[in-house]
Amino acid sequence: MSRFAQVAWLVMRKDLTVEARSRELLLTTLFFAVSTVLVFAFGFVRDGRAVEDAAAGILWIAIAFAGTLALGRTFERERYHDVLHALLLAPVDRPAIYVGKLLGIVALLAAVEAVVVPLVALLFQAGLFRYPLRAAALLGLGTIGFAAVGTLFAAMLVRARSRDVLLPVLLYPITIPVIIAGVRGTAALLQPEPDLAMAGAWTGMLVFFDVVFITLSLWTFEPVMTE
Amino acid sequence: MTRRLFGPLIAVATLLFAGAPVLIAWAPYESTMGLVQKIFYFHVASWVMMFLSAFVCGVASAVFLFKGRVAADRVAAAAAELAVIFGLIGLVTGPLWARKAWGVWWQWDARLTMALVLWMIFTAYLLLREYGGSGSEKLAAGVALFGLANVPFVYWSVNVWRTIHPTTNVVPTLVPGMAGALWWSLVAFLLLYTAAMMARVRLEGQRAALDQLYRDLDDWGGQPHNEG
Amino acid sequence: MQMRRRMLILTLTIVTTCVTVAGGEVRGAGWSAAQPAQQDEFVPIDELPPEDQLPAAPLLVAAYAFAWVAIFGYLWSIWRRLTKVEQELAELARRAAER
Repeated sequence: MSRFAQVAWLVMRKDLTVEARSRELLLTTLFFAVSTVLVFAFGFVRDGRAVEDAAAGILWIAIAFAGTLALGRTFERERYHDVLHALLLAPVDRPAIYVGKLLGIVALLAAVEAVVVPLVALLFQAGLFRYPLRAAALLGLGTIGFAAVGTLFAAMLVRARSRDVLLPVLLYPITIPVIIAGVRGTAALLQPEPDLAMAGAWTGMLVFFDVVFITLSLWTFEPVMTE
Repeated sequence: MTRRLFGPLIAVATLLFAGAPVLIAWAPYESTMGLVQKIFYFHVASWVMMFLSAFVCGVASAVFLFKGRVAADRVAAAAAELAVIFGLIGLVTGPLWARKAWGVWWQWDARLTMALVLWMIFTAYLLLREYGGSGSEKLAAGVALFGLANVPFVYWSVNVWRTIHPTTNVVPTLVPGMAGALWWSLVAFLLLYTAAMMARVRLEGQRAALDQLYRDLDDWGGQPHNEG
Repeated sequence: MQMRRRMLILTLTIVTTCVTVAGGEVRGAGWSAAQPAQQDEFVPIDELPPEDQLPAAPLLVAAYAFAWVAIFGYLWSIWRRLTKVEQELAELARRAAER
């Protein structure tokens, strides 16, 4: 295993170990995501049925909101114990630290989605499991894209003032393509007659987005994190 | 050098701005939209300036981030502010035109959405610089770089929805009266943009000099000062 | 050296993105076929239809008024901020010279 992958793996394992002991982030984020789904359900259900296309939108908004919260909390924890500073002082590739943090966040969000997706499918009678692989591809790629930008921004903001509010302010405009692609792609799968070509096109765009933004993040992580 | 250029530049820009209404009034009316189409001359010019500014900000941020040039950061800060101002003009004049031409104030059209998202990114950039505390310049540079890389994605994703905005193809087909007014406005905006950019970069430089002076004074054990 | 390589890759990425987007636009045209047609040119006329004259004028005036106020307001704000900072600089330089 190359040194880069090793460092990334160790950083991720550290995060997951800490999380496995306390389960603080997982449980709070999960409950937050479920609450978001419920709040939107109250807004979009008429006469016992959900408004058309609401399920896809609600699912992605819940993911985006929960993701922002998880990102903020993860790096708050690092800041509290000055862990990020220590990591940055270590004689390792800085981009490897970024990849490790990204993997940790994606794993956390995947765990949250494992509960939220069936919940949305159940509450809104949405056929999210009709094309499990395509839906999983959209969800996975969308989560990675959102987390890729989010991890970089949250790491940058560790030293900034008013970071809690600045994270969503910076993150949402930049991740709008991910949200649009996720919502439209999922909605294409949920239609009475699924539009597979459309879902495929959105999946392709997400692949492209992920590649461009992960590459950019790897380049910028080093100069941005240097004081 | 730049200081000597500034006076003539602002003078010419003012003259062009004073002449713009005359040319716009002389320009022929458009057949289907009529009078309201005349908003187009300033509307297009301000969006061109906003996109120019976004590009300048992104490139300057990259130079600052990878090469550490402080001057590039000042240019980026100035460009972001100008992008927000010109974007605001575009965002206000656009709906005023759309109300008459489309019958609604706003459409979730590709160009409109992309412009709005880009404007939001640069507003977020300014918020970060203003409230992020010390060291936020580097973070802001990262945001600008990501914002610029984001443009094609936003455009592609909203383009799949719908597009009813007049295409850029209208520009080469304009009759002389319309084209003259448009180019006049564009040159006026460009000169004004350059002048404002120079002044704004200078402001950023003077602020840095002031901070440096205060730090030096503190080093000498100077009296406490009141910042305002 | 590394900087130059990065810039090259960055440029290549941006170019590829633009090309792909252009391709997407062509396909997008097919998807948005049901929408009202885009205008490809502005056709000039000599006379304004009478029913058009009144309601458009306030919109036009509002648009230009806003543009003017925004531009000159912004210039004025730069000028004001610059004067303030330069005054403070001069004041500080004077105090430093007195020591």
